[in-house]
Amino acid sequence: MAIKTEPFILNMGPQHPSTHGVFRMRVTLDGEVIVGLEPIIGYLHRGIEKLAEGRTYIQNMPFTDRLDYVTSMTNNLAYAMAVEKLAGIKVPERAEYFRVVIAEMMRISSHLMGVGFFLNDLGAMMTPVLYMWREREKVVDLFEMLCGQRLTYNYMRFGGVSQDVPEEFWPALKRFVAEMPKFIDEYEQLLSLNEILLARTKGVGILPSDMAVNIGASGPVLRASGVKWDLRRADPYSIYDRFDFDVPVGSVGDCYDRYMVKIEEMRQSVRILEQAIAQFPAKGELCANVPLLLRPPVGEVYGRIEAPKGELGFYLVSDNSIAPYRFHVRTPELINLTALREMTIGWKVADLIIIFGSIDICMGEIDR
Amino acid sequence: MTLLEEFGLWLKTLNWPEWAAYVVPALLGIVVVLGFVLALVIIFIWFERRLLARFQVRLGPNRLGPEGIFQPLATGLKVLLKEDIVPAKADKVVHWLAPIVVFAPILLIFAVVPLGQRAIFADLNVGVVYVVAISSISAVGIYMAGWGSNNKYALLGAMRSIAQLVSYEMPIVLSLIGVVLMAGSLSMTKIVEAQAIPFILLQPLGFAIFFLGALAEMNRSPFDLLEADSEIVAGFHTEYSGMKFAMFYMGEFGHAVTYCCIIATLFLGGWQGPLLPPIIWLLIKVFALYFVMIWIRATMPRLRVDQLMGFAWKALFPMAVVNLFVVAAEVLWLQTITPWVIVGINFVLAVFLVLMWSRLFTLGGGRVEV
Repeated sequence: MAIKTEPFILNMGPQHPSTHGVFRMRVTLDGEVIVGLEPIIGYLHRGIEKLAEGRTYIQNMPFTDRLDYVTSMTNNLAYAMAVEKLAGIKVPERAEYFRVVIAEMMRISSHLMGVGFFLNDLGAMMTPVLYMWREREKVVDLFEMLCGQRLTYNYMRFGGVSQDVPEEFWPALKRFVAEMPKFIDEYEQLLSLNEILLARTKGVGILPSDMAVNIGASGPVLRASGVKWDLRRADPYSIYDRFDFDVPVGSVGDCYDRYMVKIEEMRQSVRILEQAIAQFPAKGELCANVPLLLRPPVGEVYGRIEAPKGELGFYLVSDNSIAPYRFHVRTPELINLTALREMTIGWKVADLIIIFGSIDICMGEIDR
Repeated sequence: MTLLEEFGLWLKTLNWPEWAAYVVPALLGIVVVLGFVLALVIIFIWFERRLLARFQVRLGPNRLGPEGIFQPLATGLKVLLKEDIVPAKADKVVHWLAPIVVFAPILLIFAVVPLGQRAIFADLNVGVVYVVAISSISAVGIYMAGWGSNNKYALLGAMRSIAQLVSYEMPIVLSLIGVVLMAGSLSMTKIVEAQAIPFILLQPLGFAIFFLGALAEMNRSPFDLLEADSEIVAGFHTEYSGMKFAMFYMGEFGHAVTYCCIIATLFLGGWQGPLLPPIIWLLIKVFALYFVMIWIRATMPRLRVDQLMGFAWKALFPMAVVNLFVVAAEVLWLQTITPWVIVGINFVLAVFLVLMWSRLFTLGGGRVEV
């Protein structure tokens, strides 16, 4: 007698330890195998894009902190650069260096969290996360010296940055940069060649390069699929053309590649930091002279940067008033997530969690 | 003769009635064994939390009592006072019964664990069979919890648990038979006495298989699929709270205590050891084993469900069979020569088999076309 079986629907999230926020997946399961997946978003929707239309340009800066709250500084930077493009503001050189240093520190911090929680999703019981938080803590301490905040920094200004650093910042930063390669080696020794990790991640959740391009993926997710596309190289902004660094790419686009690309990018960020610190101008302006009630000329602009998780763009339309007429955010994470269904069908529940974890998302940016 | 039996005989010489001379030592034994297990469970909880914290560059509980030793008691008190929630559509009886079915066998196993030379509750002549039989009951309890909760995560966890526990029973039993062959007895006391050289040296492969199997049997990392908190939240005990949850929690640590004691007894020479009293030796071995388990838990990622089954059936099971045949041949033909030759042979065999399997064996599984 054959036992009758039928697929059942499992509601994963919005309250679930591995959905990295309030993401919900309605998963259809045949035993352990996923036969259908429907992502449902919007549980963290705050209407930031609409709210921003009623506020002045500089008042919108704190909103960008709350997009992807793990990478607040780069969100600030992307918005500031879009407005600078709109209003034609020139940024002093010293401020550009500040921005690069901060952006790369933010990238290290974000990748540490991404890799750590990816390993946690794999079942490595908090240990990698807590080791990586030890280093993230140092980045956060440095940012606290910069602006007094530890999560939502609100540090960038149009035409520069808001304030100079205290004296103790430089020795602390130099120590961090000197120690970081050793710590990255340590994480790699802990798990990168672990048999279970290889078995769980190699060949799992493959995102082919053509599909990655078609969905518009960017950041480590795109590069893990073997597409060498990094805005710092492809469309150089700020002063990135002055630094020597590689763009690591993966080969097949599985979870392991996405993991290794993030690890490699941390090493490259350390390289950029070393060069930036060496070239850092001792004296100079911190911020261009920009009126508080900025009235950019009528026009529209799309400013983009390579945020830790991909291409973060701000589309702004100005009607020459003190508030943007339209404020749209092109978030990398939402777009990277669109292939989730194709990547997970046929895999098991446990794989769904790690594929989802390897995309490295933050709900604050997806729901806005 | 065990100490309890001797106590009974002594009571008889005091002209106690027959039933009293039987019941009183039995009750005393129950109290002592229960006290031992529960005390060890509490110490294990503290040990694990503290040690895990050390592995994870944090402090762990350190406020209540010296080094936070009373934290498990506070946790227990908190859990006792929590509201007991039963899901509306749960199977009430099964839901209520499951924690007991999981926890009771753990206490039962201790009846045959020797804590000293004659300090054993019941020196069964089929002790090993008893251990294997009783330890399987917990699987039923876990399935009851998953089924009775009327929760899909719990059901997934329960389904995983049945597959996992049934599969890992095989290599465990096969590696146990190797021990029984060498000791020539199924009695736990006799097995301890047979270990002039601990069986971990005589059968390194058997020990490794039993240890890994035990990790799977007690649902510890990297085999903790049935409560994989990052995948299926808490697996079978998702819907449990209050004291019922505490029963599962204690059951988990109780399982660890039992398996550490059994491994120590079967492979590490149990209570035997120079100078120190037997119970101290047993505890040293138990805590050393538990340390390794915590170490693994703090480091290893989790296997996937198909890889888990593949590991049991394609790696552990055949190796256990080979190990069993080799041990049987040694017992049959090599009994006269010095045991150190057998130690040498078995170490070479273990290294060879593990290397060969690590080359040939692939976990397999993967994507299913749907």
